Order: sequence, then structure tokens, then C-alpha cells
Amino acid sequence: MNHWLTAPILIPLLGGILQTFMGYAPIPLRRTLAVATTVLLVAASFILLSLATDDAYRVYAFGNWQPPFGIVLVLDRLAALMLVMTSVLALFCHIYSLGGADQGNRQFHTLFLFQLMGLNIAFLTGDLFNLFVAFEVLLIASYGLLMHGGGTVRTVPGLHYVVLNLAGSAIFLISVGMIYSVTGTLNMADLAVKVPQVADENLNIVQAGGMMLLVVFALKAAILPLCFWLPKAYGNATAPVAALFAVMTKVGIYAIIRVYLLVFGDNAGPLANLGMDWLFPLALITLAMGVIGALGANNLRSLIAWQVIISVGTLLAPIALGSQAGISAALFYMLSTTWTVGGLFLVANLIAGQRGGAADYIITAPKMHHRRLLGVLFMLGAVAAAGLPPLSGFLGKVLILKSVDSGVPMAWLWGVLLVGSFLTILAYSRAGSIVFWRTIDGHVDARESLSGTTAVAAALLTALSVVIVALANPINAYTEATAAQLLDTSAYLEILKAPMAGEEN
Amino acid sequence: MELVFALVIGTLTATGVYLLLRARTFPVVMGLTLLSYGVNLFLFSSGRLATGEQPILGTADSYSDPLPQALVLTAIVIGFAMTAFVVVLSLRNLADNDDDHVDGTQPKQPDIDVQDEEEITGK
Repeated sequence: MNHWLTAPILIPLLGGILQTFMGYAPIPLRRTLAVATTVLLVAASFILLSLATDDAYRVYAFGNWQPPFGIVLVLDRLAALMLVMTSVLALFCHIYSLGGADQGNRQFHTLFLFQLMGLNIAFLTGDLFNLFVAFEVLLIASYGLLMHGGGTVRTVPGLHYVVLNLAGSAIFLISVGMIYSVTGTLNMADLAVKVPQVADENLNIVQAGGMMLLVVFALKAAILPLCFWLPKAYGNATAPVAALFAVMTKVGIYAIIRVYLLVFGDNAGPLANLGMDWLFPLALITLAMGVIGALGANNLRSLIAWQVIISVGTLLAPIALGSQAGISAALFYMLSTTWTVGGLFLVANLIAGQRGGAADYIITAPKMHHRRLLGVLFMLGAVAAAGLPPLSGFLGKVLILKSVDSGVPMAWLWGVLLVGSFLTILAYSRAGSIVFWRTIDGHVDARESLSGTTAVAAALLTALSVVIVALANPINAYTEATAAQLLDTSAYLEILKAPMAGEEN
Repeated sequence: MELVFALVIGTLTATGVYLLLRARTFPVVMGLTLLSYGVNLFLFSSGRLATGEQPILGTADSYSDPLPQALVLTAIVIGFAMTAFVVVLSLRNLADNDDDHVDGTQPKQPDIDVQDEEEITGK
């Protein structure tokens, strides 16, 4: 039992509740408390990260119920990595929102913090039904955030997003019911024990349940047939919200890694590696689709929303192949791409503010102000996202390319990833050169002033790509250890025997 | 009992999916509601159907599993909140776009006379 595990859930919960009752308090007070909550959350995530580096599994059992009877939180390297990735991204998005994006809705900070709480529950939980609850918590907060800022442009994509996710929740419940009806448990460790022992006549039920679960996670991760909601929803969201949502697709990827490596992993008997042969081609098609979308984007924000889909495809291909090096490379790339895409969303919003009526459309317009700063930031983000040296996207992609053994999958992955990267570079250079260089005479009307808070938050988030390169060696060592820990599922099963409080020794 | 139960779940789910695929927000909301009823009943049945049994292991030959009932309760609460939200969102869509089509506007149709259009948009 380790009570630190509840910190990433309790901190945003308490901070969010406080904000709920402070709707009419002075804005500076609310902002200070909200950002202080996020800073505390970052601190707590780093503490958990330092705890997780000893390769042990830490368990927190609610109500001191021995798993599998109670709900447990489990901290391992993967969960800690996801927590740090989310909280650091959230901190910069939150600081950016202080530049004015948090106005117009008294409950912005509440929703933002509850969103973080939902994400953290999803990363820490060791129970399949609790994962459903976490998804619902983060979704209902995201519905509110997506609609934040008003305007009719957000209504229709918001409606699509909500209806799709409600249908996804229904499928999630059906698959949970199917798996429970055969195995009699929803604890992930216990499932990993029970699934290989499923009798032959019940095998199809579990298999169908497992595949439907993959559909739900694919909807969250925006894999190809289920990704068309994303560009519109993200492209129209308020900038700090869109940047925070860069992590939402990664929740789906996290759930795929967690459930399919642990429950349907190599040791799952007849159900071993369920769905992974479907996932690999779908991942590559998703990547190709994202690149096509990026080439056809007519404004910067939808270009970056398509970049989210490109990174989903890039991440899932090595995960579907399931080698240790591949998972490690995917985790490295996930860290890089999440922060980069988040930074790009913020930079795109700054650019839109400086171009008046032209906003972030990729069209010729009068010269914008601050174009040196914004140009450098956009180039940093684009280089990191497209995967050019020397920034972190390049390292991530090289690691992914190196991780596949020679054979047919290698040919496909190398081909699609390299051609895709090349076309992504084209998309970014076309957008950048039109927006920054191909200007016409005249002056920009209705320009917003560039506030220091937003510029610093966007610049720092984009510059994290440089930090990842500087710390590439320790980060890579960490992700390699994470992949090793994930593939050694027998250690995870030990949490079933974890001593409860009061019965130590 | 099993057959009736299965038929009810099937009917609710099929109706729900059919309505979900309609182009107006009101049938879609109804569809989501019916779908969640079907799903809740399905989840309930995953603990096996039994009447008059105890929820305690070891006291009788068969027992009724209390866990799915707890799951269903959670799912009902969440489903209720989500339905409330989607109703508000649909009304907002109607107010913003003067149309309750799920895409905000009717898809463009080439040859359409005024009377048909009135029937479609309800204006």
C-alpha cells in the first residue's frame, strides 16, 4: 500500500472542487489556485516517476480490499511515464490559457482539472471497469472543454464527438460484460491469470469481447476507420484545449498497450496477441491517411490535427509488432510527439492572432507582427513533428525504424513511414512558406497583441523537443526498462498477492 | 426467462442502433438512450439470471452475482448524466444552426422545391 498513488487523482479533484465553488471569486485568485494545483500535480508525477524507477509494482487498494476483490491503483514505469507526460503538457497548456483563453466560462479551470483527474485515473487503474469510469470522467470534462469558447463552429463537431463517444462507451460496457461473464473478474492482473484458462466453448465470447474492446480503444486513439471525428473537433477547439487533447489519443494507445500486452499477451494461450495482426495494417493506413489529410489541410490547426493522426499510426505500428525494442521506441516517440503537437497547437493560435482576418488559413496575407519569433517556433515544432534531425521526432522515428526485424513488416513500415515523413515535410514547408514568406503589401487589421504569458508557454512547450534530445540517453534507458517490464507480465500478477495494510510481514 | 430477456436486449439494441443512424438529433438521443438500456440489461445478465438467490457464496448451490448489479448501477448513473448533456447539446445545435440535422445543415440537394424543403427543415 502506497498512499502516494492517490496524489495525482486527489490533487486535481480537490483543486477542481475548490474551483467549482469559486466561480465568482476574483480572476487572479482563481488563476493562481488553478495553476498551483497543476504545479503540485507535476511535482507529484515526478515523485511517482522517481518511485517507479526501481521496477517494482506499487499497489493502492481502495478500502484495503485484497485484489481482485477491490479496485486497485497500480503504479509501474509506464503509468509514471504517462503521468509525467500529461502533467507537463497540462502545465504549459494551463499557463497558456491564462492569456485569456480561460475567460468566457467560469468553469474552465474546473473542467481542465477534472480532465486531468480522469486522465490520471485511466493511467493508474488496474481494473477494467474502473478504466471505463476513468474514460467517462475524462470524456465528460472534455465535452465541456471542447465547447469552451462558444461560437457555432464548435457545436456540430462537439455533437459528433459526444455521440461517437457515447456509442463507444456502450461498446465498452458490452465487451466488459462479455469478458466478465466468462472470467468472473475485471481486475487486469486476475484477467491475465484467468484468460489463458478459459474453456474452449467460451473462447469465442472472450475473443469477441477482446476485439470489441480494441474497437473502443481504437475510437479513443483515432485509428483509421474511427478517426474522422478528430480533425474537425481538434481543429475548432480553443488552443490550450486542443493542445491538452494531444494526450487524449494517447490514452487509447496506453489502454491498448496495457490491456493487450498484459491480458492478451504472449502468455494468453489460444488468445495470445489478439487483434495485433489487424492493428499493424490499420496503423500503417492510418499513417498514410494522416499524411494525405495534412497535405490537404487549408489551415494550420487542421494540419496539426492531422499530425495527431499521423503520430497515432506511427506509434501503433511498432506496438502491434510487439517487440521490446519497438515498444520502447514507441514510448520514446510518444513523449516527443505529444509535447510537440501540443506546442504546435499553441503556436498556431499565436500565429492566427497576429494575422487578423487571415487567421491561421494557409493563404497569402499581409506581413504579420512578431514573425521572427513565431517563425522560429513554428519551424522548431514542424522539424520535431516531421522528424528531421536534430530534434526529438527524428530520434523517435529512427528508434522505431531500427526496432523492426527484417522481413515483410519491415518493408511496409520503412516504406510507409519514410514516404509519409517526406510528405509531412512537404506539408509543413508549404504551410510555413505561404504563411511566413509569401506576403502581400498592406497592414493586418484586427490584430491581437501578443501577450508574454502565452508566448512563453508556447515557446517552452515547443522547446521541450530540445530537452528530450539533450536527455535522450536517460529517457531511452527509461523506456527500454519500461518495455522490458511490460513484456514480463508475471511480475504484474504479483500484485494479487500484495499485502494489505495491517497484515504486513 | 432467458429467451424473453435476450429478445428484449436484442430489440432495444437494434432499435437503438437504427435510431442512432438517423440524421436528426432527437432520434439520435432516443437511440442512445435505448442503446444504453439494452447495454445495461446485457451487463446485468453477465452475472447469470437467477431469481430468489442469495448474493453470498457457499450458502446455497446457486447464487446471484452482486457485482454486475454494481456495474449496472454505475453505468446507469453515467449514462443518465451523458444523456442530459447530449440533450442540452442538441438544443444548442438547434438554436445555433436553426436546424436539428446532426451536421447542422441539410446536405445540398440539387432539385428540391420549396414545399419539400419546408417539410425537411420544419420551417
